[in-house]
Amino acid sequence: MRADLLAEAIAGLDEALAAVDAFDRALVAGLLRPQPVQAAGLTQLAQAVAGTPLAARVAEAAEKTAAGVASEDHFAALAAARTALLGSVHDALMTQVADATGRPRGQDAFPAPGGQQAANLLAAGRSWLSDLARSGWQGLDNDVVSGAAQVVSAMLPDLALRRVATLLDGFAAELGSSCPGPAAERIPARRWADLWSRAMLLTLPGAAGPPVTAVATGRLLPLGIDLQEHATAVQAQVHAVFEPAGGTESGGARPRLVRASVSAPKPDTVIGAGVWQLLRPHMSALAAFSEGRSIDLADMPVTTEGDLIWSDDHARPGEPADPFATARVALPAATDPPAAPLDRHPARIAVPVFLEGYAARKNDDALAFIVAGHPLVVDTDRIPAAGPLTPQAVAASGACIGLLRWDAGSFSIQPLAVETTVRKRAVAVHAGGWAGGTADKDGVKAEKAAADAMSVLRERAGRLLRK
Amino acid sequence: MSDWEKSSTVRVIPSARPRKLAKVPFVELANGRLQGVVSSGSDIERVYVSSVAAGTYLFACSTNNNRPCGGARGYFCNHIQALINEGVLQYGAERVARYLRVEIADGEPSAQSITAAMSATRPPQGDAAVAAPVFSRFLRQLAYLELAPATAPLPEMQWFPPAPAEA
Repeated sequence: MRADLLAEAIAGLDEALAAVDAFDRALVAGLLRPQPVQAAGLTQLAQAVAGTPLAARVAEAAEKTAAGVASEDHFAALAAARTALLGSVHDALMTQVADATGRPRGQDAFPAPGGQQAANLLAAGRSWLSDLARSGWQGLDNDVVSGAAQVVSAMLPDLALRRVATLLDGFAAELGSSCPGPAAERIPARRWADLWSRAMLLTLPGAAGPPVTAVATGRLLPLGIDLQEHATAVQAQVHAVFEPAGGTESGGARPRLVRASVSAPKPDTVIGAGVWQLLRPHMSALAAFSEGRSIDLADMPVTTEGDLIWSDDHARPGEPADPFATARVALPAATDPPAAPLDRHPARIAVPVFLEGYAARKNDDALAFIVAGHPLVVDTDRIPAAGPLTPQAVAASGACIGLLRWDAGSFSIQPLAVETTVRKRAVAVHAGGWAGGTADKDGVKAEKAAADAMSVLRERAGRLLRK
Repeated sequence: MSDWEKSSTVRVIPSARPRKLAKVPFVELANGRLQGVVSSGSDIERVYVSSVAAGTYLFACSTNNNRPCGGARGYFCNHIQALINEGVLQYGAERVARYLRVEIADGEPSAQSITAAMSATRPPQGDAAVAAPVFSRFLRQLAYLELAPATAPLPEMQWFPPAPAEA
């Protein structure tokens, strides 16, 4: 990988982010009665999309909002403008990533999303988000924040609304912990504006995820597992190279990168390695990964974005497959999937890469890999507690499978697995090593704690729910 | 704006820590209170809904059937003390103290020092009106157990990094 290319400046990036920041500052104080400085921020956002098809609608939205007479549609237009700007930042960053990895990129066009969603619940969500925008992060109080609870509870059981519900749930919990607003010493302005605008767009009809467009038949070679969680939700994503049956030798399709996801809502007391218990029964790929196996897919639904819509009926465990062999041999020739239009955002960049021959350098608390003379920061903070991988193992490693990410102005690598030396023997340690189960002492202890927590809650639920 | 303010994926809420749930199945810092549900020591069908408000330390304790707690007469009952203990286990003493706006004059905050500091102000006792919304938030947590997992991707979870491994 050409790490040097990741450090190059991108033309126009600072200007695009400056317009985003201007809007984000306006949201900090709230849009109920905008002051001149906030009005200027709204105008800056509108001007940044002046040359796009959004121009007229965003200009009107900025003007009405500055005058304190914004409707929900105006807020949605502002969210769209901000999302479009960050989409352009995403595209520029991904061009840089493709140059650095040297891998081909998929160019498939996206069909329009279909599917019907419960419009009244989406409208309720949008109404809550509009209340947030009016009060601003500094004006938050418990009454405003708690308005989300009922909407989320009604949405969560509906799988068509799970995506927006999970976002609103995590966002509301975060806002609630920072209430009342003025007590929060500092405000994560970019983050909350991100979550706000994404939620706003997801409440619009047709903004749900891209539809299934094909089925996948062939061999899945896992690279690693990325875990994500907030207090009441968890998602595991298996990143893998998919080799379509037939293969390139016989003129078949090229190998490409795909993801298999499984997620679950959870009580906030089920944490650490315990989360695998919630996910394991619903995706055989987790057990296959822990066993070091490939997976044979037959007619597995897949989206243009490279997301397998997993069902165990379409998968069975295959031959042993070493993720490091996959990373060395299959990954360089695999095609990266394109991002769905609405998912284009820098925080959504999570590109599998393989590194070796680097030197690990530690400065204070920060770890970096020096790749061909260029430092690449290691995001050790994203190594999950729910696995055997540790920052120490990463610092002592000689080869790494990771996800290239971008945040707050720079690229970093999130380790998914490393090769390191333990007692003079080379071993591989995987962040997702416990996905299918573990004999590790700490892992077993954490799983038991979570199992106990769930059995207490189930017992309480049996006595107290539906009475 | 600082890097922190310009980060999309910064962790705003520290991860909760594991604890045993048998005695206090639910505790949270929400709606301006440390609040939760404490299992009765004598009756398996009964739970107490307990809370302490930030700032004023206004406290309340009653059963899920709205009967007042016999122990909470002018001072914190055992249920509220258990709630504070478990809240400190789940969130850490510092976060509980900060949320409740408890100043610990010297030394690190602990469940004991937080309880003592609040008790010393002779906090007022509230009525049982707060119990219903707290209990319904507990039932809401229990309902999460009944929701089906899904395999459609949730792209927004990229904004939520996992609880980190200890460095």
